[in-house]
Amino acid sequence: MRFSPGMRVPGRIIASESILRAMEDAVFKQLANVAKLPGILQHAFCMPDGHWGYGFPIGGVAAMDPREGVISPGGIGFDINCGMRLVLTNLTFDDIKPHLKRLVDRLFQRVPTGVGCSGFVRLSRREFRKVVEQGGRWCVEQDYGWSEDLERTEESGCMTGADSQDVSDKAVERGVDQIGTLGSGNHYLEIQVVRPENIFDPQLAAAFGITIPNQVVVMFHCGSRGFGHQVATDYLQTFLRVMQSKYGLETSDRELACAPLRSSEGQAYFSAMKCAVNMAFANRQVILHRIREVFEEIFGQKAAALGMHQVYDVAHNIAKIEKHAVDGKPQDVLIHRKGATRAFAPGMAGLPAVYQQTGQPVIIGGSMETGSYLLAGVSEGQKTFYSTAHGSGRVMSRSAARKKFHGRQLLQQLRDKGIYINTASFSGLAEEAGGAYKNIHDVTAATEAAGISKRVVSFVPVGNIKG
Amino acid sequence: MSYEFLDDIATADVAFKASGSTLPEMFRCAAEAVLHVMLPDAGQLMARRRRTIRVAAQDVEMLLFQFLQELIFLKDARKLLMRVKDVQIDEDRPRVTLQARAEGEPIDPRRHQLNVDIKAVTLHQFCVRQIPDGWEAVVVLDI
Repeated sequence: MRFSPGMRVPGRIIASESILRAMEDAVFKQLANVAKLPGILQHAFCMPDGHWGYGFPIGGVAAMDPREGVISPGGIGFDINCGMRLVLTNLTFDDIKPHLKRLVDRLFQRVPTGVGCSGFVRLSRREFRKVVEQGGRWCVEQDYGWSEDLERTEESGCMTGADSQDVSDKAVERGVDQIGTLGSGNHYLEIQVVRPENIFDPQLAAAFGITIPNQVVVMFHCGSRGFGHQVATDYLQTFLRVMQSKYGLETSDRELACAPLRSSEGQAYFSAMKCAVNMAFANRQVILHRIREVFEEIFGQKAAALGMHQVYDVAHNIAKIEKHAVDGKPQDVLIHRKGATRAFAPGMAGLPAVYQQTGQPVIIGGSMETGSYLLAGVSEGQKTFYSTAHGSGRVMSRSAARKKFHGRQLLQQLRDKGIYINTASFSGLAEEAGGAYKNIHDVTAATEAAGISKRVVSFVPVGNIKG
Repeated sequence: MSYEFLDDIATADVAFKASGSTLPEMFRCAAEAVLHVMLPDAGQLMARRRRTIRVAAQDVEMLLFQFLQELIFLKDARKLLMRVKDVQIDEDRPRVTLQARAEGEPIDPRRHQLNVDIKAVTLHQFCVRQIPDGWEAVVVLDI
């Protein structure tokens, strides 16, 4: 990467040679802009699934000194706490095969998807404000989940310090009826199978609950919906107003609008962002509840008897305070991860007891055709502040994908391949064709080669619902 | 008055260029593009609800940002997809203000062939500029 004047730290891209060659020039420019932000420590990182984003590239990771550094909504993204959740079953592919169509169709009915969809949880605005302060905890108190789900969620499903007074009424109005909804775009819910040949590390796989040949799991991808999008939009404008006039800060891209973390605006955004993080944890918790209900209905057994334990829930658009070694000394840093996943190593504080020996499970969503991965955090991951990839990353624009792929044909082709799909939008489906994405196998192999995470298993999709 | 989608600006999202011989016409055209992303066949939209949209900003660029953002807000908060019929812009400083008349109806997945949801209007390469025969804007939407 070439030096650009004003860079405070070097940029560092984690990639194989072929991935690096295929990266858009914009990634390098955007990473150089990130490296210019006040308070950035060590490097501006980009993960192997990196691609063109707003402000930060997608796949961008930046740690700031919380005493003098800035916080930037552009380092987190509009979909705050967009993330992945992975759930086990003790069923095999043979067990679900006769029920697959019914299962997918029922999930499609019970987990609302698509433009402007509403969830089943009816809340007053006041109650919703409580939800965004309490996150997954609120859901479990309402019986939308098991207490072990919280242990197996990043931040235990609730970031502390979320004050809903820092959130606009508009954000509340956009999100109040969206708990338990998937959304659209690249958001999906998938039924997947672990083939015996796709187990990279049998010991870690067993520790994560993958013990049966051709075991069925459920993976889903969604975020904080209109609520988080509005929080990001509101504070982008706040920061643009004060950045230069009040704090004398200049950035080369308005999407990198920022404010010192310690400023009143920085603190208010951090608190509002935590509310959106908690909304997303609540959203995924309620969706998990619905998934368990559907499995209970189809298989006539309780979710507990079906072994429907959550493996983990990871955030991949977030900022938080973590303790990391900087120049050999432990210190608090404000880490931004945008399209990047935390990958804590074995023994680190912040991991539940069940994963202290294994390291953190890292859930990597691929396209609906190519499959997904479960990785684990490793101790060498210190070099990227224990961060790794989040998905496969797009290589083709949405309109190019729509021209190249046809939604109904694609649906049939995938059915012929044994992947049953139900979608709210055929054109939206075409935009998410596997050919529009980077090769997930190359991305995850690159994270392992770079020593920032380790492959445990890969998953093959058999059923998918799409917004 | 026209809009075209741009392929080479946002790989993961949707970018468009809207133009019009006057500023209000360009604004209306940008609103059409936003509707098209969610509902490609705007002919499916019936005029069963009416709304007046009012926004203000420090300049016309941020006024367009606010205006398009308002359409996204109506989609989530009121479940309304709207077609903008008439736009009036008052450029009296220090604030630029807009009043628009919009018609549409609540989202109905049974009748509306929906495409993708819009999360936000971004400021990535966002611009409003005067061109020889009117005005144009470049907008990138987060999907």
